[in-house]
Amino acid sequence: MMTPRQKRFGLIGLGLLALGVAAMLVLNAFQSNLVFFFTPTQVANAEVPKGRGFRIGGMVEAGSLTREGDGLTVHFVVTDLAKRVPVTFKGILPDLFKEGKGVVAQGQLGADGTFLASEVLAKHDENYMPPEAAAALAKAKAAGAQSSSTLVVNPR
Amino acid sequence: MIPEIGHYALILALCVSVVLGTLPIYGAAVGNSMLMSVAKPAARGQFLLILLAFCCLAYAFAAKDFSVLYVASTSNSQLPIQYRLAAIWGAHEGSLLLWVFILSIWMVAVSFLSTHLPEAMRARILGVMGLVSMGFLLFMLTVSNPFERLIPAAFDGRDLNPLLQDPGMVIHPPMLYMGYVGFSVAFAFAIAALLGGTLDATWARWSRPWTTVAWCFLTIGVAMGSGWAYYELGWGGWWFWDPVENASFMPWLAGTALIHSLAVTDKRGGFKAWSVLLAILAFSLSLLGTFLVRSGVLTSVHAFATDPKRGLFILVFLAVVIGGSLILYAWRAPRVGLGGGFSLVSREGMLLTNNVLLIAALGAVLLGTLYPLFLDALDLGKISVGPPYFDTVFVPLMTPAIFLMGIGPLAQWKKATLPALAMRLRWAFAVSAATALTLPFLIGKWTPLISLGLLLAIWIVTTSVVGLRERLAHADGSSLMGRLAAVPRSYWGMLLAHCGVAVFIVGVTMVKGFEVEQDLRMNVGETSTVGGYTFRFDGVREVKGPNYIAARGTFHVSQDGREVTVMYPEKRRYTVQNQTMTEAAIAPGLMRDLYVSLGEPVDNGAWSVRLYHKPFIDWIWGGCLIMALGGVLAISDRRYRLAWRRKEADLPAATQMARQTVS
Repeated sequence: MMTPRQKRFGLIGLGLLALGVAAMLVLNAFQSNLVFFFTPTQVANAEVPKGRGFRIGGMVEAGSLTREGDGLTVHFVVTDLAKRVPVTFKGILPDLFKEGKGVVAQGQLGADGTFLASEVLAKHDENYMPPEAAAALAKAKAAGAQSSSTLVVNPR
Repeated sequence: MIPEIGHYALILALCVSVVLGTLPIYGAAVGNSMLMSVAKPAARGQFLLILLAFCCLAYAFAAKDFSVLYVASTSNSQLPIQYRLAAIWGAHEGSLLLWVFILSIWMVAVSFLSTHLPEAMRARILGVMGLVSMGFLLFMLTVSNPFERLIPAAFDGRDLNPLLQDPGMVIHPPMLYMGYVGFSVAFAFAIAALLGGTLDATWARWSRPWTTVAWCFLTIGVAMGSGWAYYELGWGGWWFWDPVENASFMPWLAGTALIHSLAVTDKRGGFKAWSVLLAILAFSLSLLGTFLVRSGVLTSVHAFATDPKRGLFILVFLAVVIGGSLILYAWRAPRVGLGGGFSLVSREGMLLTNNVLLIAALGAVLLGTLYPLFLDALDLGKISVGPPYFDTVFVPLMTPAIFLMGIGPLAQWKKATLPALAMRLRWAFAVSAATALTLPFLIGKWTPLISLGLLLAIWIVTTSVVGLRERLAHADGSSLMGRLAAVPRSYWGMLLAHCGVAVFIVGVTMVKGFEVEQDLRMNVGETSTVGGYTFRFDGVREVKGPNYIAARGTFHVSQDGREVTVMYPEKRRYTVQNQTMTEAAIAPGLMRDLYVSLGEPVDNGAWSVRLYHKPFIDWIWGGCLIMALGGVLAISDRRYRLAWRRKEADLPAATQMARQTVS
């Protein structure tokens, strides 16, 4: 038989082990399900991960929205006013999706440089810009102010 | 004039709360019963003042007084009256007022239902609640005043967010807040016990019904929020693991752990320090939840930067409440003692394991909710943590917890033996396993997760049946009815709540396993079949609402050639904010929901539409309702009613406790 002391140590050990396993599980799941956010400029500079999903954000370029004959597949361009990323999405766009407004899309980069969105998020009201989209615009603007020549050399 | 009266009432309420938060607690410390007796009238007076303030704001909304900034920014002259009133809690300032108002309701309830408590205890409880309300009132009066004037007055209001113009949203926030704020009672009990140094089984007996009531409200509140997301957002999802949802789910997890831990403290005197810690945790998370949702930090952490006063106040307040109570805990808890020992295989052991699993799940949700905020606040990049993370974490953590839920109630206190438990539960396990393995094949699809879900749900029900049978065998009474009546209501309540979990699991399993979702383009007159139902699209026409214009579609739904129902989904345009809203049409049923929502017009009257078939989805909310009913049944138990009645017999508290523990 075990003494009470041994038993107590056994219990504590078991508890710590269980806690360790749970923490491992949680952190592992956390690590593999993090979705990172990139701006169109970062996409253009090929800073994005290959073969892994991520989010992009920016403004839907005015006049860029086209719809295929099936009524579901849409193409549009997300821009941070410095670089543009063409996006393809099959599904119903959220209520607040509009040209000239902010948008965030989740998906993967296709081989031809088109962003294949699995989800388009627009959880905001008329005047609100998704924080990611706003940040993308602000960042591009700041970068442009620092080295405005790049914009002149590479007008798109 | 009326808004000024409301403002003035809030200032007076702040003064009263200062008195309430200091004199009675000091009186209890020095044993001055004059000072302690201030608590009751002060709590009631504060309630009347806040009620007055609340009515003043309601009047400003009802009378369309757009010279009040808050009214002008959250309502509109065309908004129907019920939504104008609901707009009181439609944004930051008003929801804080609702929070304080509900806190004062709980304080009045404590002042009336605490006559059996020792005077010092009651004085401390009301005092602590007074301090909490002081913090909130101070916050409102300094940086977030709902009565602030707009000069010159707006010609018309900016309107309530169309998403919130819905009957569910009228009731959801008050329910949720009843739950959030209800945990302040458990919190106040815990702090009062730490201050007084008397933490015994009586303490747990007193705080149990309060905690359970708060938990019931919170359960309903969270379920209503989920239901609202399902029918109002137009996506057909019922839980998105959105930070706003997590904010309400975390206190629920802590509260659930607290209820179970208090049961051990009450019945066995164990887990004392742990129960106190959980009470502090549950209330802290309620505060965190309120502020996460209402401070705007979720839409952008930089909202803090644009209005640093609010953010700073919130952070300081959270730090004072959480830090202060944890310091008090660290200082006083060692005196409380740990309670009796128990073996790992015992009811205490299983409840402890369940508690640890619940808290681990809570930690996982907290990590997923706050980590992106921290990264963003420190400018280390933007990330998001999606539903896959929460799903991966929750299943393995909750599976053992739910498995133990079946065994725990059957295990003896202090020490149980595994072989004996296995003997008693062998049939329950055989039935659950056999059904879980075969049922999916009968329905038509097998995946491990479907089987696991069904196994857990049936396991809860079968073990409940085993437990009830054993109870009945040991109960006094000659007839079956007599023996049924002899089973205490708290036991029925527990069974019911646990079966609610089973119903919930069935709902989740069936929806996740068998739902059919189809997004497609439909021409007028075209049909499409989803989940055995044929939908025919008969075009849209324009209809006018009080403050919106809608395109209303008509869908005839038939099954096997027989018409089942006609559904009218809408696409609304709210004119004031020029905002589009999808209003889904839902045909609910016990076994399935049919869900239709309109996408966008394509050409020639064709629309893109969503057609969903959601089996058993209503069981998700039904399960939550059953859980809450279980809680209500449990607090109607004799043992709590005895506690109220004892005061007439005027027995000292210690004797009461001794008797009830024996019975």
